[in-house]
Amino acid sequence: MKLLIFMALVAALPFAAHAEVTVTEAWARASILASRPGAAYLTLKSDVDDRLIGVTTPVADEVTLHATETNSAGIGRMVQIEALDLPAEEAVTLTPGRMHLILMGPSEKFAEGTTFPLILHFETAGKIVVDVPVLGVAAAGPEGPAK
Amino acid sequence: MTSEQTTRRRIRLALWTGAAAILLAAGAGALILRPDPLPAAPLASTIGEADIRSEFSLTDHTGRAVTEANFAGRWQLVFFGFTHCPDICPTTLAYMASVLDLLGPRADAVAPLFVTVDPARDTVPVMAEYVSAFHPRLIGLTGTEAQVADAAASFRTWYERAENETAPDGYMMAHAGHIYLMRLDGGFEAVFQERDQPPEAVAEQILTHIREREDR
Repeated sequence: MKLLIFMALVAALPFAAHAEVTVTEAWARASILASRPGAAYLTLKSDVDDRLIGVTTPVADEVTLHATETNSAGIGRMVQIEALDLPAEEAVTLTPGRMHLILMGPSEKFAEGTTFPLILHFETAGKIVVDVPVLGVAAAGPEGPAK
Repeated sequence: MTSEQTTRRRIRLALWTGAAAILLAAGAGALILRPDPLPAAPLASTIGEADIRSEFSLTDHTGRAVTEANFAGRWQLVFFGFTHCPDICPTTLAYMASVLDLLGPRADAVAPLFVTVDPARDTVPVMAEYVSAFHPRLIGLTGTEAQVADAAASFRTWYERAENETAPDGYMMAHAGHIYLMRLDGGFEAVFQERDQPPEAVAEQILTHIREREDR
């Protein structure tokens, strides 16, 4: 009996430990000039404590996560974040002027109206692929330029 | 509680403890934050507003040599950035474009200036293509490294090269994200950051100044 319960639990473990991350409001800004790094933004919400540990895309050489840290004198500096903590049930939003994904070495210009895949790697939830729409150069959020 | 339930709980606890240990071990291998590779920024608190002046000798995006005198008699909205900047520059320039649109016909009284801090790459044709994407009125300014450094010094703004092996040409530019509102005589009026207020608030402040002057 004990063995049976043990086996059932082992079988159930991958499901019990399964974490789900919801990705919403993904968007990127169109490029103006060729070969310039692109920027992408999105909102992440995990049902358990998780971490975003990597991002890749077939349309750029490398994707890095950056935040702007402002010191007491009001001078902002970009710092690279290797892993983004996602506390359970807490929405974490990447937004212009604060936190953003930089797409270095784009294979071509990000053209408004197109989409591209972004592959998000989470410590617990594993790999999630999202389709990112490219909005205009003046876009400030997922709904476009309206503020 | 039956013994079977107790046993089940114990097994479950053991399994979760094991799973947690594995996760912890995996987590310990990953870095949370790469240390800031840049030295500490100079403190701006030692700078008085009265010292900030619009004084420069640069080249605009049409190739014309300009100084602050070319914009005398107009308010100036001035932002320092660079065209390889993926986030804060397009965000701020789009915001400045919104302010200009909100000014309507009174936008004539404002010179919107985008000064590059990366003149080696942001040449006249690059600036021309870049500024036209944001607003037909936006004026791009570039120059020699020394001219740009002088302009930044007169505005008491800060920028520096940040080595980045994955970036094009191996570097990005770190810079302050302020928009300066300068008076008709080139003196300092106000400073804004895109994140602090909607463009309507900045447009209203500029319109108030313009109307005050019209009423005199």
